[in-house]
Amino acid sequence: MTELSALYQDVILEHNRSPRNFRRMDDADRHAEGRNPLCGDQLTVWLKLDGDVIADVSFEGSGCAISKASASLMTAAVKGKTRADVARLFERFHGVVTGRAAGEGQSDGLGKLAVFSGISAFPVRVKCATLSWHALKAALENGAEPVSTE
Amino acid sequence: MSGTSVAASGLPAAIAARLDVARVRAEFPILATRVHGKPLVYLDNAATTQKPQPVIDALSRYYRAENANIHRGVHYLSQLATDGYEGAREKVARFLNAASAREIVFVRGATEGINLVAQSYGRSVLRPGDEILITGMEHHSNIVPWQLLAEQTGTVLRVAPLTDAGELDLAAFDRLLGPRTRLVSVVHLSNALGTVNPVRRITAAARGLGIPVLVDGAQSAPHLGVDVQALDCDFFVFSGHKLFGPTGIGVLYGREALLDRMPPWQGGGDMISSVTFERSTWAALPAKFEAGTPHIAGAIGLGVAVDWLSAIGLEAVVAHEDDLLRYATAEVGRIPGATLIGTARDRASILSFALDGVHAHDIGQVLDLEGIAIRAGHHCAQPVMQRYGVAATARASFALYNTRAEVDALVAGLAKVKQVFAQ
Repeated sequence: MTELSALYQDVILEHNRSPRNFRRMDDADRHAEGRNPLCGDQLTVWLKLDGDVIADVSFEGSGCAISKASASLMTAAVKGKTRADVARLFERFHGVVTGRAAGEGQSDGLGKLAVFSGISAFPVRVKCATLSWHALKAALENGAEPVSTE
Repeated sequence: MSGTSVAASGLPAAIAARLDVARVRAEFPILATRVHGKPLVYLDNAATTQKPQPVIDALSRYYRAENANIHRGVHYLSQLATDGYEGAREKVARFLNAASAREIVFVRGATEGINLVAQSYGRSVLRPGDEILITGMEHHSNIVPWQLLAEQTGTVLRVAPLTDAGELDLAAFDRLLGPRTRLVSVVHLSNALGTVNPVRRITAAARGLGIPVLVDGAQSAPHLGVDVQALDCDFFVFSGHKLFGPTGIGVLYGREALLDRMPPWQGGGDMISSVTFERSTWAALPAKFEAGTPHIAGAIGLGVAVDWLSAIGLEAVVAHEDDLLRYATAEVGRIPGATLIGTARDRASILSFALDGVHAHDIGQVLDLEGIAIRAGHHCAQPVMQRYGVAATARASFALYNTRAEVDALVAGLAKVKQVFAQ
């Protein structure tokens, strides 16, 4: 696999073209904005909670293919999960994209999110891949302040 | 288009001597770099330019053979360093055609030069309700210092709008130039749009009302050539690192009569005439504005850079870069789905564009893997992005060492971008 195709895997390109759950949620319980001031990327994540479980999640905003596809795949991955599940998943995802958790078996349980493992070779893009996750975390913690990945 | 920028720069519109690009390139060791196995194509010159061997040698020579503090030692090396530093000031004065070297203040860069004017001139002169007039195409460095000043002094920041092509709306500018305007601060060559502003037209309008004009020359000094007396501006700032010189050094030019009236900005060593605990008095120009040990090596390197550029000749540089910009505008412009952001009649050295369905960062990423360095983002000009309804643009910016073959590499790279992101 070339560096290019390791970064821009087909699943990423497809989610960039047709992002899932890409909409405002007017009846959301919570939302948070993520911003990347250095590159101008911006997105908002909306949530509906059923007790401890994420009943619905959506996002909207503008950003590169990595940030958009990551947000899209994140919404698909966290729907129906508990807060604790989400925290574990983010930690795992973060480890893989930063390359700190490189090696055999580290992508297990990440499902489709494993397509972002190629990001670890492009450290400047880690903030793109994690922007939506930081926003989701902020929304879960009910923070009103926009979060930044710079 | 860019063809009129020779006239806009104040240089004679003579047919320029042909630039020997191969010889110029040979002076830049970094241009031999390979990136991801491909030859480096460096098209990010608006962010910073590369450095020619004479500048690199000057920095090395200074630290090997000339290093000492300036303006205070009686010893041999101190005299040598002082001569080098003050000699660089003379070179910069000649480069800008300043009336005197006393009008050249060394600062860290264009940003610091604007902050100096805001905090020294602005704070001493402006009163609540006074207005500062800028344009809609300013870099953050020509917006935020005035916002800080506005908070401190109760002054009001006014912004002259742009046309859809990315030109200053001169009629609106004239209307905003009013009885409360105390300072005009405009960019000469827009880093985000490539627009060349009609600075002489602006200074003439302001002069009639007795309003001083600051010109942000970060992009124009290296790519248009500048004559501050012909421009008739009161302040002019530029950064050394965008003009083939070192980082951390830049220049504030100020009309002597204005600089004389301005209070010091920072206090410390080198900027005083005498100090007691009761009262201190200030040194003469330009030392009054240069507190503390300056970037001596940087100033010397910048002096070498301006002499190096002058020896090549700005006319040849402008002609070469205009040719590259015209060629790139045509070649990128014919790519289906490509939109040029900034189509002013008078442009220079900068091509900002968007590709349908592909974010600028992804363009930059794919090009990087082809060895091509461009800038992707808001170019520290978020209001410009907002004006044209884009989050970011891709920007190719040219310098005298770039070639048509490199433009071809860019166009081939963009074809690859389109292939990766094809529907």
